Amino acid sequence: MNPDNIIKVEKLTKRFGEFVAVDQISMDVGRGQIFGFLGANGAGKTTAIKMLSGLLQPTAGKAMVNGFDVYTEPEKIKRNIGYMSQRFSLYDDLTVVENMKFYGGIYGLNNKELKIKTEEIIQLLHIGDFKDKLVRSLPLGWKQKLAFSISILHNPPLVFLDEPTGGVDPITRREFWELITQSANGGMTVFVTTHYMDEAEYCDIVSIMVDGRIEAMGSTRELKTKYKAEDMESVFVTLARKSKRANQE
Amino acid sequence: MFAITCKGISKSYVNKKQTTKALRDINLEVNSSELFGLIGPDGAGKTSLMRILATLILADIGIATVDGSDVVRDFELIRKKIGYMPGRFSLYQDLSVAENLEFYASVFNTTVNENYELIRDIYVQIEPFKNRRAGALSGGMKQKLALSCALIHRPKVLFLDEPTTGVDAVSRIEFWEMLKRLQAKGMTIFVSTPYMDEASLCDRIALIQNGRLLAVESPANIRSEFAGQLWSVRSKNMSRLMKDLKEWAIASSAFSFGDSIHLSIKGQRISASDINNYLSVFGHQQIEAQQIEASVEDCFMQLMSNE
Repeated sequence: MNPDNIIKVEKLTKRFGEFVAVDQISMDVGRGQIFGFLGANGAGKTTAIKMLSGLLQPTAGKAMVNGFDVYTEPEKIKRNIGYMSQRFSLYDDLTVVENMKFYGGIYGLNNKELKIKTEEIIQLLHIGDFKDKLVRSLPLGWKQKLAFSISILHNPPLVFLDEPTGGVDPITRREFWELITQSANGGMTVFVTTHYMDEAEYCDIVSIMVDGRIEAMGSTRELKTKYKAEDMESVFVTLARKSKRANQE
Repeated sequence: MFAITCKGISKSYVNKKQTTKALRDINLEVNSSELFGLIGPDGAGKTSLMRILATLILADIGIATVDGSDVVRDFELIRKKIGYMPGRFSLYQDLSVAENLEFYASVFNTTVNENYELIRDIYVQIEPFKNRRAGALSGGMKQKLALSCALIHRPKVLFLDEPTTGVDAVSRIEFWEMLKRLQAKGMTIFVSTPYMDEASLCDRIALIQNGRLLAVESPANIRSEFAGQLWSVRSKNMSRLMKDLKEWAIASSAFSFGDSIHLSIKGQRISASDINNYLSVFGHQQIEAQQIEASVEDCFMQLMSNE
C-alpha cells in the first residue's frame, strides 16, 4: 500500500445475513485522482461507498480513508470528505447564500472563511444575480453545480459523487465535468459513480464492480485493450453480463 | 389515423406567484405501432406532456388525441385503452407481485390469464418471486413488474415515463429489447428518456428542452441535418486541446465525448491538415483528427445552442 494513497482498501467485505453485498474488494486511490466507480445496479457500489464514507461498519477487511480507519474513526472520516448524491442535498426553501451559510455552519467554517468561500463560489459559477434567490427557482444544471461546490465547501481532500450528472442536459453535463476536473487538478481526489459510459473516459482510473467484487480496474485505455473493446460501454457490457446476481434476484 | 396527436399544447404551473412554463406550443404526431421517443433532460417538460396525454392533468391550451379520442372530452375512454408507467415506482408495495398483477387486471375487467401471452417473456423473469412483496424487489424487478401491470389489459398505446433512468447499461439494453418485442405485436409506444444514446433505438424522436420541441424526426434525419462539419479530435494533452479548440476562431463548438473532443465548424469546409496545422502551432503532439457523422447528442447540443 502506497502511503500517498488517500483510499487504501484490502479485502473489504460487507455481509447482510447470508447476502454478501461487497465481497473482498481491494483498491488504492491516489491523491488528486478521478476514480470512476462503475457497476451494474445492485453490484454493491452504494454499500461500498457507505463503508468508505464512515456511514456503515464493514464485516471484514481493512479500509483507510485519508489516514483514518473506517472501523474506529468514522467521525474523522466524515469531517474529511465531501459527499454529493443525485438527489442533491440543497434546501429548496433557502436562498443560494443561505444554503452556503447553513452548510458552512455544519462544516464548522468561521464567518471569515465562509465569506471568502461564498465569494469564491459565486464567482466560479457566475451566480451573482441569483445569490438571494430561492434554490427552488434555479435551473437544474445550476443546482447541481451549486450542490457540488457546497459539498466541497470545507476543502476536503476527497469527495464522493454518486451519479452527479443523472438527467442533466448534455451541455451542463460537460460543464459539470469541467468543474470536477478543475477540482482534481487542484489536488482533490474525486470518487465518482455514473451510468454514462462516456464519462468513464474522464476518469484516471476506473473500476467495474460485478456481484460485489471488483471485476476489472485500470485506466480506460488499459481496459479497452484488455477486453478488445472500442469503447467503455462495450467493456462494461461484457463484464456486467457475467453477473449472476442480476439474473437471479 | 395517428395514435397520438398534439396541436398547440401549452402548460404552465404557478407556485407562490412564480409561473413556470412547462410546455410551449407542442405539435407532434405519432403513428400507429410506432416506437416514439421523447428525449430531453430533467425539467424539459417530458413528464408534463406524458401526463396530459395520459389524461392525468389538463393542458392550458391546445388539443391532443390518443387513439383518435380527445384527451379532455373522452378521458374515460382513453384510460381504458392506454397503459401508463410513471417514472416513480407506484405499485402497491405491500401487495405481492402476483397480487399487484391480479389487482391491475381486475381494475380493467380482465384476468391475468386472458392476456398472459403479452407479458409472458417479461413476467417469467419475476415469476419465481411472485409471493414476494413488491416493496422488497430489486430495482430491475420492480421495473419489470410495473411494465407487466401497465400491459395487463392489452393497451393500444403504452406510455413509459423514463423507464431507464438510473438503470445500468446492460439492463437498459434488455429493456429496449422488450420494447421492440411489444412493438412487433402492434403496440404504439411513447417513451421518454434523458439518455441521448437511446434515441437511435426509436423509429422517430422528439427532442425537448425548456418546454419546447427542438425537432421531431427519425434519428437518421436529425443526424443528417447537423449544420456544418463535425470532427473528432485527439492529442496527447486533452485538457489543453479543449482550451485551444474552443479558442479557435472558426470553431462553433468543442465538446468532450469520451476519449475525444467533437469540434464543429460552421460556415466553411476544412481538412484534417488544417486542424493539424492549427494545433501544431500550439505544440500539440500525437494529433488525430477524423471527420465524423453527428450523433443525436451532437445534434441536441447544436439545437440547444441555437435556441
